[in-house]
Amino acid sequence: MKVILGFIPLLDCASLVVAAERGFAAEEDLELALVRETSWANIRDRVVIGHFDAAHMLGPMTVASTLGIGHVKVPVIAPFALGLGGNAITVSLRLWEQMTHEGASAGSNPSTHAAALKRVVTHRERSRQEPLTFAMVYPFSCHNYELRYWLAAGGIDPDRDVRLVVIPPPFLVDALRAGQIDGFCVGEPWNSVAVQAGVGTILVPTTAIWPSSPEKVLGCRLEWAQRHPKQLAALQRALYRASLWCEQPANHTELAGLLAQPRYVGAPAHLLRQALGGQLTLTTNSPPVHLGNFYTPAHNNATFPWVSHALWFYEQMLRWKQIEFAANHLAAVRATYRPDLYRAALASISADIPTEDTKVERFFDGQTFDPRGFDMER
Amino acid sequence: MSCCLHWHPGFHCGTGVAPSAEMADLALRILLVDQNVTRASILEEGLREAGYTNVSVVRDMQNLLRRIVDADPDVIFIDLENPNRDVLEQMFQVSRCVRRPIAMFVDHSDTDMIRAAVESGVGAYVVDGLRKERVKSILDMAVSRFNAFSQLRDELDRAKQELEDRKVIERAKGILMRERGLSEDAAYGLLRKAAMNENRRLAEVAQSVVTAARLLK
Repeated sequence: MKVILGFIPLLDCASLVVAAERGFAAEEDLELALVRETSWANIRDRVVIGHFDAAHMLGPMTVASTLGIGHVKVPVIAPFALGLGGNAITVSLRLWEQMTHEGASAGSNPSTHAAALKRVVTHRERSRQEPLTFAMVYPFSCHNYELRYWLAAGGIDPDRDVRLVVIPPPFLVDALRAGQIDGFCVGEPWNSVAVQAGVGTILVPTTAIWPSSPEKVLGCRLEWAQRHPKQLAALQRALYRASLWCEQPANHTELAGLLAQPRYVGAPAHLLRQALGGQLTLTTNSPPVHLGNFYTPAHNNATFPWVSHALWFYEQMLRWKQIEFAANHLAAVRATYRPDLYRAALASISADIPTEDTKVERFFDGQTFDPRGFDMER
Repeated sequence: MSCCLHWHPGFHCGTGVAPSAEMADLALRILLVDQNVTRASILEEGLREAGYTNVSVVRDMQNLLRRIVDADPDVIFIDLENPNRDVLEQMFQVSRCVRRPIAMFVDHSDTDMIRAAVESGVGAYVVDGLRKERVKSILDMAVSRFNAFSQLRDELDRAKQELEDRKVIERAKGILMRERGLSEDAAYGLLRKAAMNENRRLAEVAQSVVTAARLLK
């Protein structure tokens, strides 16, 4: 059975690549054809029209497609998550210097960094300088929402006090070097590439903002999942085993070499290797720091599609006025993430599957997101 | 969210007035965003030949928002190989300075049309409210020109490949003639026989001969 999968060259396409290259798909009688794409809009369109059976997708994209925000309304589901974490916020050396004058130092916690940034923002406003510009990769992405959450928690209005723009990951480092932007939120390896190029400093991994933050998912049309339940279940099992393989430290060097190939991520193997091991070099010429939960492909239920994630994304869409609330949205949002399909596919091979569909999400500023409360408030 | 890349505070938003429904469709403003100069020219030429006079082309992505504001387009095309497609979509969503373009046929009435566009490698956006019938012929034109370009590129790639193949076969023939004292025909016959026996392309066998000769030098 052939399955065509689209992906974007980022660290967390790892389990798709490993499933195809290390026999996990073959064990399930699947032949995976991986197609590298250049934009998230292309991924969305090619899933919607059926060029791709499924794809490496931004979690919030599946919700946006299901609700029809920004594009054609087509029910898309997320029956499997492609790990936790893997993102960071990086700023230009110039902004970093300004922030250090305002109390930030390498490795500070997100609150200290946000307070320092707030002072820089206020100072710029008073002296009538242009607002700072931050980039992210797509409006319906965890990067956008994590960046906004952190800014807002620090008292910075992301829509008024700074400018937010979209720039594709491969162009971010150049944009930072050229002074077009002052910072960005993106997945690895692009933060490390900026540090290595000597143009940026990593402020915080987004796991410091939201410790068990989700990232990409496997996304497919609901209609494809209904027509090909066996393929989808086989794909979920292959990806699950591939995720476990990706997580083994003994495999990290081999995995980094595989991802470094131009047809996959095409970034330096040593940077990918570091990120896989949770090692990040925050500033140029400093030793890497170890972050326990930077990128988690498998454990901590990293592949489970929590419905609370979909609901949190929807709350962010409302908070940042990407969509108006409608009562019928809630059921549609809930139906986007499919823990039921996850359990059905993996019951026989995994002992550690949550029995609940939602959980309480906790953030760095002490706030929580309780999906039960969210439903009741509406 | 404020405006986007390279936004200059002193710069005023577009003042273009939306064309009325009676206005000739040939007056529709069309913007092409394509980094490939040849392909953009092929489509631009096609549109002009068909009588569309308001066609502008953006090739480099600097000042993209300003170019869009200046062109005030009714229809926008972007090549799908362009990673800046995500940049463009966000500008449409958040910028108050451009009339809001939306993905073509967002009402889902014509998936074949969307499929044809994506397959030809073009993304299309139209200003909200513009009737589908008014832009269908423009989209058809874009799809057929993009396809024509792909065909041209394929033919060019094939021609290049054939030229490369011929060169390597000539060199392999030369080596066989020199090393084994064969005539040109006999050398060619030998290569062809080896290719048939090994079920490989003639050029591949020729390449092995050239490589081996280099190693044995």
